[in-house]
Amino acid sequence: MSTVVVCDYGAGNTRSVRATLRRLGFETVLSSSPNDLYRAERVVLPGVGSARTAMEHLRSTGADDALRQRFEDGRFTLGICLGLQLALESTEEDGGVETLGLLSGQVYRLTEGRVPRLGWTTVDPWGVAFYFAHGFAATSPFTTATADGVAAVIESGPFFGVQFHPEKSGPVGERWLASCLSLA
Amino acid sequence: MSFPRLIPCLDVTGGRVVKGISFQQLRDVGDPVELASAYSDGGADELVFLDISATLEGRENMVDVVARVAEVINIPFTVGGGVRSVEDAARIIDSGADRVSLNSAAIDRPVLIDKIAARYGSQAVVVAIDAGDGVVHTHGGQRPTNLGVVDWAVMAANSGAGEILLTSIRQDGQRTGYDLELTANVRNAIAIPVIASGGAGNAEHVAQALRVTDAALVASIVHDDPSKFRELRHAIKEAGVVLRPYEEVPSR
Repeated sequence: MSTVVVCDYGAGNTRSVRATLRRLGFETVLSSSPNDLYRAERVVLPGVGSARTAMEHLRSTGADDALRQRFEDGRFTLGICLGLQLALESTEEDGGVETLGLLSGQVYRLTEGRVPRLGWTTVDPWGVAFYFAHGFAATSPFTTATADGVAAVIESGPFFGVQFHPEKSGPVGERWLASCLSLA
Repeated sequence: MSFPRLIPCLDVTGGRVVKGISFQQLRDVGDPVELASAYSDGGADELVFLDISATLEGRENMVDVVARVAEVINIPFTVGGGVRSVEDAARIIDSGADRVSLNSAAIDRPVLIDKIAARYGSQAVVVAIDAGDGVVHTHGGQRPTNLGVVDWAVMAANSGAGEILLTSIRQDGQRTGYDLELTANVRNAIAIPVIASGGAGNAEHVAQALRVTDAALVASIVHDDPSKFRELRHAIKEAGVVLRPYEEVPSR
């Protein structure tokens, strides 16, 4: 059985993402240990909480360096929602926070339309609707898909980040997650 | 493109989904996990669970229900009823719910909204408003306050709420349609999304609500029968409202 290490940064709904991964046949380990996070074949950086608290937690355990090191060494990480945003350089959230800086890009507060953005939006060019729940969004030269003009997928090297929640996007989301992790 | 959301609401007590004309006459309609997955398979965009038990024991049961639901469904769900503190919200969210819905506790202590939002993000905090004659009501819609509905919605949004769940007490259970004017008035005053609730009698009513707001809650119209939910979804699309494309999972 393949193992996925879900990065624990002290907040958020890690239960849903782990339940989905288990249904897909992965064994999951919740960990904030740099050793686990560096060694894992696949890491999921999940996405609920606030950027400042998340970064403080990652720094306090040394997980931030482990995540940077695995990126440099070509090891796969999937970032979901806040997990995607943390991989970029900085965010406007919580009065401005410096984030992991794996990829160039910034995170800004959404101001257009209803915020937070809640619900299903088509991801282009995939043409499939996924579930989004966020008040901040990313801008990065590594954006490869968008949803109503907002970055939905940002990827570079061994990092793959999605603004939507595949674990909350029904059967389509589960299939996407399965193929994303099996390709890793 | 973004799609309006259709959200079945399930009332839960003693670990079971119930339905009742009044709180004195509750009928058991099924297991929350089974109903949740059936609605999910039928194309629900989200689910709301309302804990209608008033006891501590009931709340313990609810945490267990949340954990069991989170194991099997893969769409977002909100849990409301009895959330009175950050600790209550944490127990619900850490058990696997995506969002909590606050009602009277937020009126008593608006700072609660901000505290939960600071920990889990605004998208995790729904403020439920029971509206009657322009004012907010508490105690299941029985007791009027002197708080204006629009004023409270604005205050809740400013305090960090991520969504308003707006129920018209007058329309609730009447099956004559949502209070569209109230819904539009509240939505126009704030920048966060609004879920319309109360009054759905048929698909056209739901379609009307989805033309003026972001999401609609459906409760008695589906009779807690997921097969009726599929029909409802089709009929709403027939009425011209574009719901998210969804590949149907066969009924179990």
